[in-house]
Amino acid sequence: MNAPNQSGWRPEMTSAMGSAEVYDAPTASGDRALMLEEPLIFELGRPGTCGVDIDEADMGASDALAPFLRKAAPALPGLSEPETVRHYTRLSRQNYAIDLGPFPLGSCTMKHNPRLNEKVARLPGFADVHPLAPQQAVRGALETIAQLADWLMALTGMAAVAMSPKAGAHGELCGVLCIKAALQARGDDRRIMLVPESAHGTNPATAAFAGFAIENIPATPEGRVDLAALTARLGPDIAGVMITNPNTCGLFERDMKAIADAVQAAGGYVYCDGANFNAIVGKVRPGDLGIDAMHINLHKTFSTPHGGGGPGSGPVVLSAALAPFAPLPFVTRDADGAARLIEEEHALEDHPSTFGRMAAFNGQMGMFTRALTYILSHGADGLRQVAEDAVLNANYVLASLKDVLDAPFAASGPCMHEALFSDAGLAEGFSTLDIAKGLIDEGFHPMTVYFPLVVHGAMLVEPTETESKAGLDRFIGSLRSLAERARAGDESLKSAPHYAPRRRLDETLAARKPVLGWRD
Amino acid sequence: MRYLPLTPAERGEMLGVIGAAMIDDLFADVPVEARLPGPVPGLPMHASEMAVERHMSALAAKNISAGSAPFFLGAGAYRHHIPASVDHLIQRGEFLTAYTPYQPEIAQGTLQVLFEFQSQVARLFGVEVANASMYDGSTACWEAVAMAARVTRRKKAVLCRGLHPHYVSTVRTMAKFTGDVIDWRAPKLEAEPDTAGVIAAIDGETSCVVVQYPDILGRIPDLAAIAEAAHAAGALLVAVVTEPVSLGLIEAPGNLGADIVVGEGQALGVGLQFGGPYLGLFGCREKYVRQMPGRLCGQTVDAEGKRGFVLTLSTREQHIRREKATSNICTNAGLCALAFSIHMTLLGGEGLARLARLNHARARAAAARLAEVPGVKLVNRAFFNEFALELPADAREAVRHMADRGVLGGVSLGRLYPEEAALGHGLLVTATECTTDEDIEALSAALEGVLA
Amino acid sequence: MPRYFTQDHEWIDVDGDVGTVGITDYAQGQLGDITFVELPEAGAALAKGDAPCVVDSVKAASDVYAPVSGTVTEANAALADEPELVNSDPEAGGWLFRLTLSDAGELSGLMDRAAYDAYIAEL
Repeated sequence: MNAPNQSGWRPEMTSAMGSAEVYDAPTASGDRALMLEEPLIFELGRPGTCGVDIDEADMGASDALAPFLRKAAPALPGLSEPETVRHYTRLSRQNYAIDLGPFPLGSCTMKHNPRLNEKVARLPGFADVHPLAPQQAVRGALETIAQLADWLMALTGMAAVAMSPKAGAHGELCGVLCIKAALQARGDDRRIMLVPESAHGTNPATAAFAGFAIENIPATPEGRVDLAALTARLGPDIAGVMITNPNTCGLFERDMKAIADAVQAAGGYVYCDGANFNAIVGKVRPGDLGIDAMHINLHKTFSTPHGGGGPGSGPVVLSAALAPFAPLPFVTRDADGAARLIEEEHALEDHPSTFGRMAAFNGQMGMFTRALTYILSHGADGLRQVAEDAVLNANYVLASLKDVLDAPFAASGPCMHEALFSDAGLAEGFSTLDIAKGLIDEGFHPMTVYFPLVVHGAMLVEPTETESKAGLDRFIGSLRSLAERARAGDESLKSAPHYAPRRRLDETLAARKPVLGWRD
Repeated sequence: MRYLPLTPAERGEMLGVIGAAMIDDLFADVPVEARLPGPVPGLPMHASEMAVERHMSALAAKNISAGSAPFFLGAGAYRHHIPASVDHLIQRGEFLTAYTPYQPEIAQGTLQVLFEFQSQVARLFGVEVANASMYDGSTACWEAVAMAARVTRRKKAVLCRGLHPHYVSTVRTMAKFTGDVIDWRAPKLEAEPDTAGVIAAIDGETSCVVVQYPDILGRIPDLAAIAEAAHAAGALLVAVVTEPVSLGLIEAPGNLGADIVVGEGQALGVGLQFGGPYLGLFGCREKYVRQMPGRLCGQTVDAEGKRGFVLTLSTREQHIRREKATSNICTNAGLCALAFSIHMTLLGGEGLARLARLNHARARAAAARLAEVPGVKLVNRAFFNEFALELPADAREAVRHMADRGVLGGVSLGRLYPEEAALGHGLLVTATECTTDEDIEALSAALEGVLA
Repeated sequence: MPRYFTQDHEWIDVDGDVGTVGITDYAQGQLGDITFVELPEAGAALAKGDAPCVVDSVKAASDVYAPVSGTVTEANAALADEPELVNSDPEAGGWLFRLTLSDAGELSGLMDRAAYDAYIAEL
């Protein structure tokens, strides 16, 4: 035979495969294979380094800017392009994301973010257009906004839509301010908003800003608004009700129409929090239930990306009663069908009762293009299927786990797009938080925990329609395992997560001794 | 349908597990009269990627993009070159499709970026602390006025004449509901901002003075003088920066006495996008941090002693403080903040300074060339990359006619202030590092043409 | 020096017409780690039931109510740097504020230690 081993490499698996011990020794770099630690740019970069090629330019003699010049360049670190790409790529690997696995977060509707949305949003005719360009140069942008507005009105059965709010909470503010403006217009100084006990914290914050006080409406044992209690409280001091439907327990408010009729008969208005629209889109039009205003989260129901915390978009559909008060700029179609944005200039003749402007420019156009792309992709039939699959998936989770986790409302009927469990039945000293942190080790983002407040140790699970059955089964298997461990009192849960890039973080220290930026 | 993984067989199987005969059994709580019998009538059915792309491309084609014509618009939204890596990095699924970092153990990517972003903004503004961003510059401006009212316990805000009119409109709209009194007058086509007028308006009832820097006409106010007058009266100075690239060249507002500095971060990393989503920047003195709205990211350690980051000081926010919250905001402009931070990291301090010098040089070249057009006068004594021209005719008409000739020649003051006849001949022109000599020639030719 | 308790878990020591107010050990246990305490300013006029003070933990903000009416004379400055004193020593070093009482008669509606201990045993 010829030379058996010139390079020196002698493949032989027995010794490599033999050792099954857990190896935990530290490395010199601090990294562990693909688990990469990453310093701050302030520890990596230097002010003189620049990853962009920029021509030098002179200041010129006797420039009028001279007295305003800064003495030295800002103390900001720079990195070359390769270092920058590496820094952010390494950081990205410490994040969980929808692209990696489900976020079963109740009321967040973390569905798949289609990439066609991203492609369309980046067309130069959308991405590279100035908000103050003359109208003749932006007819396509105006038409896009109007088409999305048309879809939102048709899907909800409402007369008008305010497109300008920048996020869900901003949309909620818009709806409540429309109500305030409507009351002021008829000289009615009603000061109280009724809100179910199970409501999200933005509701009272928003109402307080508009000068309303909040009173709670109790819930029935079936987890819905107590219609009798609500009706009894109605009177000339009630400005309206802020209601979520389906509600924060994942249940449809059966009495919604009766609630709306009663509130409106008493002179009040009905604001609906549209966070849970994914359960009923294409199946039910909230306008048929009598509401006056509803904000829609484009980043929930209509798939625009969450981006690690934003940006969002919160258009608000409005009844004919509230439409006149919608903020500027207000989208409308002229007699010839051409789309137009009414601004301050034409408000007096075209939209005189507006309560004003909520933000500069024209709204979250980048989210409009994405949402319209998504809506056109699904169409009316696809959106209806979205709601059906979302509700099916949540009920499948509920049915699969109610033998091992307490489901307080399961006996009273199906849930909608989210399933609610409580911490009843967990061993003494074990909590919802332990199950949540255990889910992280299982490779899932935890569900919403400790909300709504009306259920002790609440766990609110919303799988959305973009989870496959196989994916649901994996998630159910993990949650089942954790529930069993928590019922059995498995102590290791208390120090979970063990496998994440970080263990539990000291939030007390962060609040007591805030360090909010880099200090040299 | 491509976004729905369930098959009909699986749906049947799952209904079996649930114990329902058909899907509408799960909608039993919806009153029959409210249930739609089929898809919402009058709307199209689903469409392929190809068909949707065709539809949306046709809409996009009806807009004149800034890159396809000589382009000189500013007025609070600026066109800068965004390095190619920025858009690539923000499209990584781990950034694009991540949630708010409420489970910090698996969100250190987002959280470290926010910490770096807050640090960059604070240094850029010359303040001690900055938040994790807000919706945009105009809402950040309102939040600053609301915060100044909380801190000083006063209810009167003085807005400089040169504050962007959309920002003025936003502040006035919100103030109608809080009872804050807003003092503002329209600007004049003068070489200097009205510093004396702003100072004269300050009294013992003033909560804050809001000064845009550079202002809507591109002029540079004397922040130090206004700060002194405000502080003497017990009021706060709120500086508003709509073009952050300017701070590569001119002094940071925090170093001139501003107590709160807000701004629009769109110019770096975010792009024009017909007006949104944009990026609100918010910074202030450390002693006011508990009155600051918006998310905050802070440094801490984990159970093994490793450095990590978490959202902190959450008790200021709506989900905890409810009706006593500093604001009802429950989002930040996460992905936009990431884009800004990446762009800023690529630039670094000296890169930003170089970029600023180049912007100023292009604007000087544009101003000099345009002043040669018969009848056109440069208004500003000083400017950074944006200045006002006084035309011998209505500027709004001029802008329309230039657009007809394929030149996007600036923003008329008539568009921003339709009520102010005295501003009707004013035109705002912006030049950035993207502006070429050919662009400047094209603008002068078009301007000369429409004025003839 | 007598100590009185409220159903909302405040305690008040009364020395002449000066009261010292804090929260009980039971309350601090319920709150978890305390991260910040918002205190009233000297001179503030309080009616019984007002909320001059807010105790923050990481995920909650709890109002502390004035057990009686009066005028604030001082607040515990040590809590600015060490809010954790309210956790470690709630019934002495972690006191919150002092006030001069305007109506000593209001004390008759409050519980003594024995009554308070019985009350929390039932919760």
